[in-house]
Amino acid sequence: MADFLPKDVIAMRVAKELENGQVVNLGIGIPSLCSQYIPRDKDVIFHSENGVLNFGPLADASEINPDFINAAGYSLLPYPGMYFMGSDIAFSMIRGSHVDIAVLGALQVSQSGDLANWKIPERGIGNVGGAMDLAAGARKVIVAMQHLDPFGNPKIVSTCSYPLTGQRCVSLVVTDVSVIEISLKGMILKELAPGWSVQDVQEITGPRLIIADDLSEIEL
Amino acid sequence: MSINKIIESFNSAVEDILDNSTVMVGGFAGPGGIPQNLLKALQELGSKNLILVTNTAGIGDFGVLGDHIHTGILIENGQISKVIASYPSSPSPSKPNAFEVAFREKEVELELVPQGTLAERIRAGGAGIPAFYTATGVGTELAEGKEVKIFEGRDYLMETALRADFALLKATKCDVMGNIQFTGTSQNFNGVMATAADTTIFEVDEVVDVGEIPPNGIHLPGIYVDRIVKIK
Repeated sequence: MADFLPKDVIAMRVAKELENGQVVNLGIGIPSLCSQYIPRDKDVIFHSENGVLNFGPLADASEINPDFINAAGYSLLPYPGMYFMGSDIAFSMIRGSHVDIAVLGALQVSQSGDLANWKIPERGIGNVGGAMDLAAGARKVIVAMQHLDPFGNPKIVSTCSYPLTGQRCVSLVVTDVSVIEISLKGMILKELAPGWSVQDVQEITGPRLIIADDLSEIEL
Repeated sequence: MSINKIIESFNSAVEDILDNSTVMVGGFAGPGGIPQNLLKALQELGSKNLILVTNTAGIGDFGVLGDHIHTGILIENGQISKVIASYPSSPSPSKPNAFEVAFREKEVELELVPQGTLAERIRAGGAGIPAFYTATGVGTELAEGKEVKIFEGRDYLMETALRADFALLKATKCDVMGNIQFTGTSQNFNGVMATAADTTIFEVDEVVDVGEIPPNGIHLPGIYVDRIVKIK
């Protein structure tokens, strides 16, 4: 098998999915890297559920300001057109389908698009935060994650064994070896990382993949 | 103007928070919007069997935000019997917070609520709406025991309103009538919680004359505010 792509490349590939004018919420982890890779000719309006809309690059550690943060706890910089709101309005935006895309991390994604990303059963306790609101409310959910968990188990599974965040909510999965679309027919393998074959990806994926007619190498 | 809601000390502002009260506390994660002085005063008062409604149950050195006083001090002090929150535990399993320790010792109960549902339950509590339906949480373990109703072919859960006896909140600026202005993302739960408590107590950085905050600059009108303490 060839190398797994770095996390930043997963983020770059997701960034290609984001369109001019879209309202986008980025989850913690790999999804949060996407904002760095938006082409200059695109205006993506980032939403963060703690109460900010339309923020730009994040401050570095020397400019910490606890009154200007995103949901991951990173400090924001002033940005033209920025808007602040309370938690009730921030979530009305999500619940009311005003957020076009949520990019979320995952512990598991099932072939029908079920998402599990808030609780590891072994810990016995979980932080749900805004994950269930985003899974149910965003118009489209993209999962950005590594293909395998830290123990080498597939994270793309026939049925999630971890507690669900939402049912049938994920429509695209971008991993470090593939891009997979979730359709009513099943999981469609659309793109492969360089050096990876269909068989290589299938071997580390739970459900049987449908091969797209236009299967290609991942392009950034 | 004869209305004046200023209280001289944090201790006197919280002195009637009796045992068994339900208390909402503002904040998201990190120090922004957390009423640190009111929490300290409630800890000193020592009321017990409190139900705490808050977004996190205390995240200390989370992210890059540094250490600060948070609701964890009430849990460590044995004052909380139940937490209603969306993000109660530490982000890192290897560094459990006070809530997680108390939960495992069965000293505190948890009602875990998705963050948007938490905000809307509080909003409903302040808006006279006893319950509402949301698609958030359908098909998950947090849907257990909740009524499911179908609207236009989609499943929704019934969620009930939340109210509290007291809300402890933080803002940047206010006038003596209690008209409030927040800064940046530190509004978070502070604005909505103010509408859903019988007694709303704010700590603020600055108190100005009535009329100094322009009408459109008031984020929360003073009718929702009962007591104000200025941070020294």
